[in-house]
Amino acid sequence: MHDKTITEIAGALAAGTISSRELTQDLLGRIDRMDGQLNSFITVTAEQALSAADHADQQRANGQAGPLTGVPLAIKDIFCTQGVKTSCGSKMLDNFIAPYDATVVSKLRAAGTVSLGKTNMDEFAMGSSNENSFYGPVKNPWDLTAVPGGSSGGSAAAVAAGLVPAALGTDTGGSIRQPAAFCGITGLKPTYGRVSRYGMVAYASSLDQGGPMARSAADCGLLLNAIAGHDARDSTSVARVVPDYTEELDAPLAGLKIGLPREYFGDGLDPSVESAIRDAIKVFESLGASVREVSLPHTSYAIPAYYVIAPAEASSNLSRYDGVRFGHRCDNPSDLIDLYKRSRAEGFGDEVKRRILIGTHTLSEGFFDAYYKKAQQVRRLIRQDFLDAFEEVDVLMGPAAPTPAFDLGATKDPVSMYLQDIYTIAINLAGIPGISVPAGFSGKRPVGLQILGTHFAEARLLNVAHQFQQATDWHLRRPEIAEENA
Amino acid sequence: MALEHAEVLRAAHLARLDLSDNDATKYLDDIRRILDMVDQLQTLDTTDVAPLAHPMDATQRLRADEVTEKDQRDHYQQCAPQVENGLYLVPRVVE
Amino acid sequence: MQWETVIGLEVHVQLATQSKIFSGSSTAFGAEPNTQANAVDLGLPGVLPVLNEQAVAMALQFGLGINAEIPEVSVFDRKNYFYPDLPKGYQTSQMYEPIVGRGEVEILLDDGSARVIRVHHAHLEEDAGKSLHEDFHGMTGIDLNRAGTPLLEIVSEPDMRSAKEAVAYLRAIHSIVTYLGISDGNMAEGSMRCDVNVSVRPKGQEEFGTRAEIKNVNSFRFVERAIAYEVERQVELIEDGGKVVQETRLYDPEADETRSMRTKEEANDYRYFPCPDLLPVMVDSAYIDHLRESLPELPAEKRARFQDELGLSAYDAGVLSSSRAMAEYFERTKDVCGDAKQAANWVQGELSGALNRDALDISDSPINADQLGELIKRVIDNTINGKAAKQVFQALWNGEGGGENNSADAIIEARGLKQVTDTGAIDAMVEQVIADSPAQVAQYRDAEPDKRGKMIGYFVGQVMKASRGTANPQQVNTLLKEKLDALC
Repeated sequence: MHDKTITEIAGALAAGTISSRELTQDLLGRIDRMDGQLNSFITVTAEQALSAADHADQQRANGQAGPLTGVPLAIKDIFCTQGVKTSCGSKMLDNFIAPYDATVVSKLRAAGTVSLGKTNMDEFAMGSSNENSFYGPVKNPWDLTAVPGGSSGGSAAAVAAGLVPAALGTDTGGSIRQPAAFCGITGLKPTYGRVSRYGMVAYASSLDQGGPMARSAADCGLLLNAIAGHDARDSTSVARVVPDYTEELDAPLAGLKIGLPREYFGDGLDPSVESAIRDAIKVFESLGASVREVSLPHTSYAIPAYYVIAPAEASSNLSRYDGVRFGHRCDNPSDLIDLYKRSRAEGFGDEVKRRILIGTHTLSEGFFDAYYKKAQQVRRLIRQDFLDAFEEVDVLMGPAAPTPAFDLGATKDPVSMYLQDIYTIAINLAGIPGISVPAGFSGKRPVGLQILGTHFAEARLLNVAHQFQQATDWHLRRPEIAEENA
Repeated sequence: MALEHAEVLRAAHLARLDLSDNDATKYLDDIRRILDMVDQLQTLDTTDVAPLAHPMDATQRLRADEVTEKDQRDHYQQCAPQVENGLYLVPRVVE
Repeated sequence: MQWETVIGLEVHVQLATQSKIFSGSSTAFGAEPNTQANAVDLGLPGVLPVLNEQAVAMALQFGLGINAEIPEVSVFDRKNYFYPDLPKGYQTSQMYEPIVGRGEVEILLDDGSARVIRVHHAHLEEDAGKSLHEDFHGMTGIDLNRAGTPLLEIVSEPDMRSAKEAVAYLRAIHSIVTYLGISDGNMAEGSMRCDVNVSVRPKGQEEFGTRAEIKNVNSFRFVERAIAYEVERQVELIEDGGKVVQETRLYDPEADETRSMRTKEEANDYRYFPCPDLLPVMVDSAYIDHLRESLPELPAEKRARFQDELGLSAYDAGVLSSSRAMAEYFERTKDVCGDAKQAANWVQGELSGALNRDALDISDSPINADQLGELIKRVIDNTINGKAAKQVFQALWNGEGGGENNSADAIIEARGLKQVTDTGAIDAMVEQVIADSPAQVAQYRDAEPDKRGKMIGYFVGQVMKASRGTANPQQVNTLLKEKLDALC
C-alpha cells in the first residue's frame, strides 16, 4: 500500500482489505528501515499513531468513518502538536513539547487521520534545500546525493519515498512547491488566509501558508477539504465558504486559457527543465486548452522584496525565543543580557541568524522607508501583475524551480540559494494559490510544473492538475529506494 | 547603502544575538551581498504606490469580549526552563 | 531669568474589558501569578492575536468623549524590544495610524477658569507583565497575568504650563474615563499610569527646551511633586551652566526626587512596523453614530448644564461634576428635594465634610441621595429649621433612624424637631423671654435705633433655646422686633 494514493487507501480501508493499524504498522516499519538514509522525520510517534489507527478502525467499525478516517500522514515539524516535540528544525526548540495543537492538526485529527510523526525541515522554514536543519539534511529519495528542496523537504521526501501517502507542509516563498517539484510529488500552497496559521510556528506572518503535499492533485483536494476554513483564532484567516475541492476535479479543460509568463522562461532556466515544462504545456493543449504568453513585469523584484519583508517579520517573530518561557536557555547566564544573547546565539543556526540580522537592520531607524516601505510598495505592484494577468487567462503555468534538485552541499552562497525561489516567491507576495505537479525528469531528478490561479481558485488549480495527471503518469513514478523497500 | 561592520554588531545587539567580532565579519560579507540584491528595489519608481501589508484586502475581525481561557499555568510551565512559585525566573533585572 | 515650564502627558488607561485585548484570558486584578497568562499571552510559538471588540468600542467612546477625529482605519504596529515582562519581544501598539486622532480636553483650574488641552492622539496597545524583585536566589520573578491587558494611551500636546495644570488635566482624563465607564481609574492598582514630559524654557522663548520623561508616575500627588522637583532640577542645572539631557527618569516618592534611569543601553530603536498578524481596523460611521448615541453626558457637558440650567456657580458646577458618582448623587438629591442650590450646598457642605472626616468615597456614603433629598425637602417646606436639619443629618449619618426607616421624617418625628410655626405658641415664648430679661430690654430701649438690630440676637437665642430649637427663627425674629419696638 505504500505507493498508493489517499484515494486508493481510503478505498481499501472502506473495503476492509486492510485496517488502519496494519497500514500504520507497515509504514512505521518502512520509516524504521528507510529513514536512517533519508532523515525525513525528526520525531516518529509510533505509539500515538497506533492508538490513533485503532481509534480510526473502531470508528469505521461503528460506521462513523469519513473520507480520511484511518489515513496515515506526517506533519511538518513547524505545526504545534500537543504532547509531542515541535522543534521547527531548530536547536532552539529541541526541548519544546508543544502544550497545544495547531488548528490544522486538530482538524486532521478530527477527520480521523493518523499522524506518524513530525517531518524534518529547514530551521524555522528558512531555506530551499533542507540543509539548514539542526537535525541534519534530508536526502532526496530519487538521488541520495541531491537535496529534497526546502523548507518542507522532510514532508516531500517522506511522501516520495512511500513512508506516508501525504504530509502537511508550509510555504512562505516556495517551501511546499519547490520540494514537491524536487521530489516528484504534488504540493499545493493555498491562497493566503485559506488555511489557519494558528499553531504554525511563524516565520514571515504575511507570507506563511500551510498546505497539503501528496501523490496526486486529488489527494491534495481531499486534504484541503479537511484543513481549509476560517479559524476564529487567526485574524488573517478568511471567512469564506470552503467548497468541496474534489467536486470539480473531473471538469474538462476545453476552453481553458493558460498564460505562460515570459519572465518564467528566461535566463537561468535549466534547458532540461524548460523542455519538460514545454512538453507538459503541449499536453494541456491536447486537452483543449489555449496557451498564450503573458507578462509579469515586476518578477525580478520579487526576490529583493521578499528578502526585506520576510526577514523583517522573522526578526520580530523570533524575538519570543528568549530562554524565559520555553525553548533553549544557555547555562549559567551572568545577567539578563547574557541570558538573551547566549540563549539565542546557541539556539539559532546560521541562516536564521543571518535573516534576523537583515530584518533587524532593515527595520532600524533611518532604513525603514528605503527598505520595508519600499518593499511593501513593490509587493503591491507584484500582486497587481498577477491580477492583471488573471484578467486575460485562467491559470498561469511555468516551472516550479529553475533547476532540478541540486547536489547536497553544492550551494553554499546564500544569494544563489535565494535565487532558487525565483518562480515561487512572487506567489506568496501576491497571496495567490499555486500547485506543483510532477512533469518529467532531468536525468534521475524530477521536474515540477507550477500552476497558478487567482485568489481562492484552488478548486480550479486542482481540476487542472488532476486532468494533467489523468493524461500523464509522472505522478505515478516512484523512486527506486521506495520499490527496493517494498 | 554599503553595510558597515558596526551596523552588523548593532543589529546583533538589538536582536540580542551574541556575536563576536569575527562572527560579524563572517556575516558582513553575506549580508552585504544580500542587501546589494535588495537594492534593486531602488531602481523602481513607486511614487504614489500604497504599501501592501497583507496580500488580501481584508479588515480585522473582532472578538466578543468574553473570558474563554481557564488557568493552565502548570500545563504551560512544563516547557519553561526555570519557574518558582508560579513565576518565570530570570537573572535579576536592575531597574 | 523667568522660566516657563512645558509639560506633556502620556496617560495609560487600562480598559475595563473582561478579557484581554488579543486573547480570551481574564483581566481580573490580583490573581495568583501566571494563572491568567495563556498560550497567546505567553507568546508561545504559533499563537496569534485576535482583537477584542470591547477594547475598540471603549477607545472610540473616549475619542467621542474628547471630540476627537476618528480615522476610518487604524493599524496595529509592533514595537520591538527585549524585556522579560514582554513575552513576544514586541509590544503590539499603534504607532502610525492610531484609533483616535486629535481631540481636546477642557481642564478646570482652582480659580474656576477653564483651559483647553489638546490631545495629539490616543492609541490601543497591550500592557506588559510584571517583574517581581523579591529575592528568588538573586533572580527576578516574572508574572504575566497583566500581559495583554488592553491599554489606551492618551498622548497630550505639550500644552500644560504648570504642575497644577498637569494634575487638572490628569483629573479631567480620570473623570472622562470613569464617566464613560471604560476604566475603573484606580491608580493604586495601576489602572491609570502616567509618563510626564517636562522641559523648561526662558519665558517668551518659542522653542521648547530639552525634555526629560518621567516614567510611570501613579498618583495625582506624585505627578505634582515629580514635576515640581524636575522643574527645579532643570532650572538649577541650566542656571549653573549645565544642559538638560533628553532621558528617561524615575520619580522616587520616598526621596521626593527624580532619578535618571541607568542607561547602559544605547538609545532604543524600536523598529516599529505594521503587525502582520492583525489586519487594519475599519470603523464605519454607522458604528460611530451608534456609540455616540449611547454616550453618557460627560463632565464638561454636565458642568455647563449645571451652570446654565441649574444656575450653579462655575465652582460648584465644577466640583459637582468632577466624578460621575458625585454628579449622579447631586442630581438625584436635587430631583428629590427640587432645589438645585440647596442640593448643591448640602452635597458640598455637610455631606462632603462628613465624607472627608470619615475618609469615605461618595459611593460609600451612609446617607444616600434620596435620604438627603428628603431631608432638604423638610428644610424647604419649613418642617424643620436649619439647625435641626444638621441634627437630623448627623442622626441619619449614624443610622439612628433605625434600619430601613432611617429617614429624615422618622428622625424629625421621633425627636420632636418639627419647627413650631404656631404663632400663639411662639408669642407666648416671646412674651416670657421679654418678661424674664428686664436688663436686656432696658439696654435695647436705650440703644440707638440702628444698633438695636444686633441686640435682638440675644432674645432670639433665648426663644430658640426655650423652644429646643424648633421655633421658626424668622417668625421669632419678626415677633420680637414688633414687641420690643412697642416697648421703646
